[in-house]
Amino acid sequence: MAYSLFYLYLCNFPTMQKRVLIDSAQFLLIIDRLCHQLIEHHKNFENSVIIGVQPRGIMLSNRIAERLREIAPKLNILHGKLDITFYRDDFRMKGKPMTANETDIPFSLDDKQVILIDDVLYTGRTIRSALDAMLDFGRPKDVELLVLVDRRLHRHLPIEANYVGKVIDSITTEKVKVNWKETDGKDKIWIVNE
Amino acid sequence: MSGLSQRHLIAIKDLEKSDIQLIFDTAKNFKEVLQRPIKKVPSLRDITIANLFFEDSTRTRISFELAEKRLSADTINFSASGSSVKKGETLLDTVNNILAMKVDMVVMRHSSSGAPQFLSKHIPAQIINAGDGTHEHPTQGLLDGYSVLEQFGSLKGLNYLIIGDIKHSRVAGSDIPLMLKMGAKVKVCGPPTLIPKYIEELGVSYEPNLKKALEWCDVANVLRIQLERMDTKFIPSLREYSLYYGVNRALLDSINKNITIMHPGPINRGVELDSDVADSKQSLILQQVENGVAIRMAVLYLLAGRV
Repeated sequence: MAYSLFYLYLCNFPTMQKRVLIDSAQFLLIIDRLCHQLIEHHKNFENSVIIGVQPRGIMLSNRIAERLREIAPKLNILHGKLDITFYRDDFRMKGKPMTANETDIPFSLDDKQVILIDDVLYTGRTIRSALDAMLDFGRPKDVELLVLVDRRLHRHLPIEANYVGKVIDSITTEKVKVNWKETDGKDKIWIVNE
Repeated sequence: MSGLSQRHLIAIKDLEKSDIQLIFDTAKNFKEVLQRPIKKVPSLRDITIANLFFEDSTRTRISFELAEKRLSADTINFSASGSSVKKGETLLDTVNNILAMKVDMVVMRHSSSGAPQFLSKHIPAQIINAGDGTHEHPTQGLLDGYSVLEQFGSLKGLNYLIIGDIKHSRVAGSDIPLMLKMGAKVKVCGPPTLIPKYIEELGVSYEPNLKKALEWCDVANVLRIQLERMDTKFIPSLREYSLYYGVNRALLDSINKNITIMHPGPINRGVELDSDVADSKQSLILQQVENGVAIRMAVLYLLAGRV
């Protein structure tokens, strides 16, 4: 038994390496900190809205909205979901069209302070598309970006986040995976080498 | 995440059930886009589409054009009247000349059945059939299916009735395979001269009595009498047709059921459908037109992923 486990470990070692960067306790602390930073900047959220980017940014924006309401129950937080599939610049480069998700922004963004939310900031292309998509819903006063993970070494575009959960220096062959309590059973951030 | 199984959209009968479902799901997203203050997305901004209408059309043509513009594609329009087709140019020559100007996709309507199929074998561009003769009109079939889906939540087990000139109808040609693939039951109703001979072999039943047929169905799609496609007399007169197969308020009130009425347009008011039915709450006609743009956007978007 022990031998076969060791054998499996050896077989998998060069191809697939996983390590946990953030466990669930740290995860909650990060969400808490991000929420407090938002309140510090946006005070009573009178003119501010949060917009999660589909599909993975929604998990984070839901969590942030929920935590903000716990911290300050009186806040009225407008929360939208934005799908960027039709705005991507790599449409057709993957050989098949990408399937879209729901967009739900039931309010105008005119003169609002928008906080865009996504899970991982990597090349910056998703956020570029999200900015384009967002402008079809009005002309915001300003736009900020909140991400859980910032892979700062691989940007293709001059895009930076205003609120960052964790900065990660990784190489291109590595992948950052975010697990969510709601869908994967546990909050966790992994780094996977493929 | 998967794409369509086909490179062209020529007929519903070529599509898998999963293709139809994917088109419906994508259309739902585009319908949301059409509700926005800015109803336009940049997905197809590097694509040029030629709309080749060798036969007259209002709805389909405007709907396709709008769908293309909402997706930011470049479009060129062609209609047979006023073109070199009148001087005797062949279909293949006309299309090849247009393609020489670097066109990626072709939307074509033609009075000959099989014209898009023929073209797809000879040219490299992708082809979307916007109605070919008496064969199929796949985007109409899709938008009919989508409109019913929106109304009822599911097509499975639904009783779908098509009334009128089934023989010359490309709408019936697309609606029948679509509804059957999605699990609905299909019945046709109309004068026996306008019913194809082997219709039962498609898995469709025939009912000559309009009232009985209406009592059976949840949705009735009323087709137009297409005098332009009839080379001989199939019905004694429009008046007699209207008497036996026209859908009117008195008839709908006499059956104990609230059925949904559809029509692919253009309506001959007072012939196959009366105004008080066409403009009532029971009618899905304007929703069909609205959904047409979203469905065509979905088809163009999904096919463009394979350019």
